[in-house]
Amino acid sequence: MSTTGMNLTLKIWRQKNGNERGRFETYPVSGISEDMSFLEMFDVLNEQLITEGKDPIAFDHDCREGICGMCSMYINGQPHGPNDRVTTCQLHMRSFKNGDTIVVEPWRAAAFPVIKDLAVDRSSFDRIIAAGGFVSVNTGNAQDANSLPIAKENADEAFAAAACIGCGACVAACKNSSAMLFVSAKVSQLALLPQGEPERRERVINMVNKMDEEGFGNCTNTGACAEECPKGISLENIARLNREFLLANVSGK
Amino acid sequence: MTKLNSKIPSGSIDTKWTQYKASVPLVNPANKRKIEVIVVGTGLAGASAASSLAELGYKVKAFCFQDSPRRAHSIAAQGGINAAKNYQNDGDSVYRLFYDTIKGGDYRAREANVHRLSEVSGSIIDQCVAQGVPFAREYGGLLSNRSFGGTQVQRTFYAAGQTGQQLLLGAYSSLQRQVGMGNVQMYSRHEMLDIVMIDGKARGIIARNLITGELERHFGHAVLLCSGGYGNVFYLSTNAMGSNVTAAWKAHRKGAYFGNPCFTQIHPTCIPVSGDHQSKLTLMSESLRNDGRIWVPAKPEDAKALQNGTKKANDIPEADRDYYLERRYPAFGNLVPRDVASRAAKERCDAGFGVNPTGQAVFLDYAAAIERYGKIEATKQNLSNPDSATIKALGKEVVKEKYGNLFDMYLQITGENPYETPMKIYPAVHYTMGGLWVDYELMTTVPGLYALGEANFSDHGANRLGASALMQGLADGYFVIPYTIGNYLSQDIRTAAIPTDHPAFVEAENNVREQINKFFAIKGTKSVDYFHKRLGKIMWDKCGMARNEKGLKEAIEEIRALRIEFWSDVRIPGESNEFNPELEKAGRVADFIELGELMCLDALTREESCGGHFREEHQTEEGEALRHDDKFAFVSAWEMKEVGKWELHKEELVYENIKIAQRSYK
Ligand SMILES: Cc1cc2nc3c(=O)[nH]c(=O)nc-3n(C[C@H](O)[C@H](O)[C@H](O)COP(=O)(O)OP(=O)(O)OC[C@H]3O[C@@H](n4cnc5c(N)ncnc54)[C@H](O)[C@@H]3O)c2cc1C
Ligand code: SF4
Ligand code: FES
Repeated sequence: MSTTGMNLTLKIWRQKNGNERGRFETYPVSGISEDMSFLEMFDVLNEQLITEGKDPIAFDHDCREGICGMCSMYINGQPHGPNDRVTTCQLHMRSFKNGDTIVVEPWRAAAFPVIKDLAVDRSSFDRIIAAGGFVSVNTGNAQDANSLPIAKENADEAFAAAACIGCGACVAACKNSSAMLFVSAKVSQLALLPQGEPERRERVINMVNKMDEEGFGNCTNTGACAEECPKGISLENIARLNREFLLANVSGK
Repeated sequence: MTKLNSKIPSGSIDTKWTQYKASVPLVNPANKRKIEVIVVGTGLAGASAASSLAELGYKVKAFCFQDSPRRAHSIAAQGGINAAKNYQNDGDSVYRLFYDTIKGGDYRAREANVHRLSEVSGSIIDQCVAQGVPFAREYGGLLSNRSFGGTQVQRTFYAAGQTGQQLLLGAYSSLQRQVGMGNVQMYSRHEMLDIVMIDGKARGIIARNLITGELERHFGHAVLLCSGGYGNVFYLSTNAMGSNVTAAWKAHRKGAYFGNPCFTQIHPTCIPVSGDHQSKLTLMSESLRNDGRIWVPAKPEDAKALQNGTKKANDIPEADRDYYLERRYPAFGNLVPRDVASRAAKERCDAGFGVNPTGQAVFLDYAAAIERYGKIEATKQNLSNPDSATIKALGKEVVKEKYGNLFDMYLQITGENPYETPMKIYPAVHYTMGGLWVDYELMTTVPGLYALGEANFSDHGANRLGASALMQGLADGYFVIPYTIGNYLSQDIRTAAIPTDHPAFVEAENNVREQINKFFAIKGTKSVDYFHKRLGKIMWDKCGMARNEKGLKEAIEEIRALRIEFWSDVRIPGESNEFNPELEKAGRVADFIELGELMCLDALTREESCGGHFREEHQTEEGEALRHDDKFAFVSAWEMKEVGKWELHKEELVYENIKIAQRSYK
């Protein structure tokens, strides 16, 4: 437990809603403990703003445990801030030092319009999943779970891909605003499992088409997405998606 | 007093559900297409219910307040999900899961519901695997299991420390499939703010579009509340920031009885509070108690030294450590149920043996597990005479594979490396066994209004076993409601959709608008969080891990005063017709304040100790919970008369299959 308080300068993107133009505002905060999370520091600032009769900063968050994928701040030019494999909510103030200036922006992408301040609309991700990110099995149709053994290796690899939290940092990190890493994670998970086999071809085609339709950009293999992904979703997934896509098209479906 | 009808089917316990399913009236496919069902919540309970009902042909509208259904709080569940598969051949069975759950709940749950839960548990795993949920597997390709507190078999299925995430993503994918097919209309960033009642039945909801602030009216032949638990009444809990009681509370205000509101689960293994800025507490999965050993120093002077920082955990020699759970409960050791483990930690800390500066922490130590796994690994790899560094390195790898994400999270939050030094943990509010009272069909006391998942009171009695909430949520949604809702809807096939200009919709919407306007009119001086923190402190101090008559009476008075203060001094910035998180919080805290009072009243009325409800006046000489079955073998179902006034109804609990006994984990 530390009692030292940091003094920081925050430059935060303020935007009333999707129609109005935004701008940076500067806010000083003081007495910030290094045990605070980044969002707790925002709580302190908002408390201050409310007491002063000002409008607090809107931002998305829920679990504050790095798993729901809701938090989404672009901090000093990096989605989720400076630390590797850490979401905004799991970033702690011990990663900053007294006197720092911290710039905070929303995810920026045409497919993620700003709602207010730092909150954006990521429903395009849901629509991509609705286009094919599933196995078509109705409740009650399943056979005994152990009647389908799956090599541990494949199960583990599928799990690693399935760990994506749908936060959108990959899109925010990409200069083209491509959603390839997100889409490839779901395509990979299901391509690696026998359950995904029957719909393998339609799935990749439908999801990729939907992604394009939603206004995400093309992938030019810069790798920025995987670098910033808080869950370590690897570029191999994109390679697998490309193979799957090619295969699906070659087979004429 | 109205009689509560729990609608438990007759017959022997193991045939009730089969017979029920065989005789429940059905709705034919053509009629299903004309019937609309509203599902509030898209966690495990809501997503599974919405997708299953849509698959059956009902028209479904689903709501959640997050920006996507995939972010419901279920996503955060870590440890696992139980099922009586007996894949380990270790003596598990439907009966044993049933028995463990009733016993774990300290004999305050309904037998018929728990047996049904146990019966369908296996199908849940089948369903999830079919969806592509990547559960942990053994090298042979079959599913892996681990053990959890309160049981002596290995029946917990898991996906590393992300079981809830994987299960929810499975249910979400089924939901999105139905959304894509047009069978479910999804309303994200929408918050339900009232139930619409017509002719004594639930016929719809009023929801606020959280982006535009618009109030919307939605009709449904039936309404399902799958809105999760209310642990955030304590302000600090392991729940997500947005978890709240509002949906259930609005239903309560419209006549749905609230069951066992005081039954709260305090989870033994959470990261201790670090300061006033704390906004939530982080769970370290119970699965860690599988391999971790819990201890405090045996000598008071060592505890002092740990508290003032002059000693570290590793400075305390083995002989001077008190593994108090292993000492007090040799049969279950570190795997006693949560309520028992939490109280034992509180007892040691209250006695002065806490291990951090606040004295509110105990150690969870992985050194022994790392060593044990390291040795096994070394043998597997045919290493002869490996040195201790090699053993440690190998052991760490194994621990990393099992619990890596939890250890990373601990490091992230505390800045300490749990592979090298024991973790510090302390109990925190985690789960609410109480919730809307429901009958066997999951219907509340309001016709057409159902409650599923953590939002209902149904299966866990006074204490929930680990890995059983995920099971219950999915059982309710996938395998129970699709059958039981037919009994109600089959009588409703002639009801055409009611237009939402019906006076009941207009009135409900006006009431919601009035409350919103009232919030803005106060123009007070304090933030919503200010009141929420104060409520949390009252609840934690007086209605938390230990409760007594005096404290509870004080709490009720304090909460009433707080309610008045809140309604005269809260300040809501911004406007109602915009994205306004402070307004959302205000509505939730207003409901939490009313709920807090009811929880204290319930705790005061239940003059016994059972499960998570520990009344200091009622304990054995050894400090264990002392039940009074002659007087309290019932479910408390509270009917709201007006704000601050309730009437108690009792559902007697009849145990026909399990002999009610004093719980022992020694
Ligand atoms: C950290 C943590 C770890 C856990 N680990 C385990 C575990 O390992 N095993 C286990 O069995 N259990 C575990 N639990 C418990 C378990 O996760 C929950 O009890 C369970 O997931 C609850 O599911 P649910 O579907 O009932 O509700 P939730 O998942 O909480 O979903 C609630 C839904 O309701 C919506 N909602 C709420 N109010 C409104 C409203 N007014 N309007 C519109 N929508 C609304 C929300 O948006 C959300 O979609 C854990 C709990 C926590 C906190
Ligand atoms: S791939 Fe990574 S960055 Fe992209 S949405 Fe998933 S978790 Fe977030
Ligand atoms: S708030 Fe859930 S991941 Fe950050």
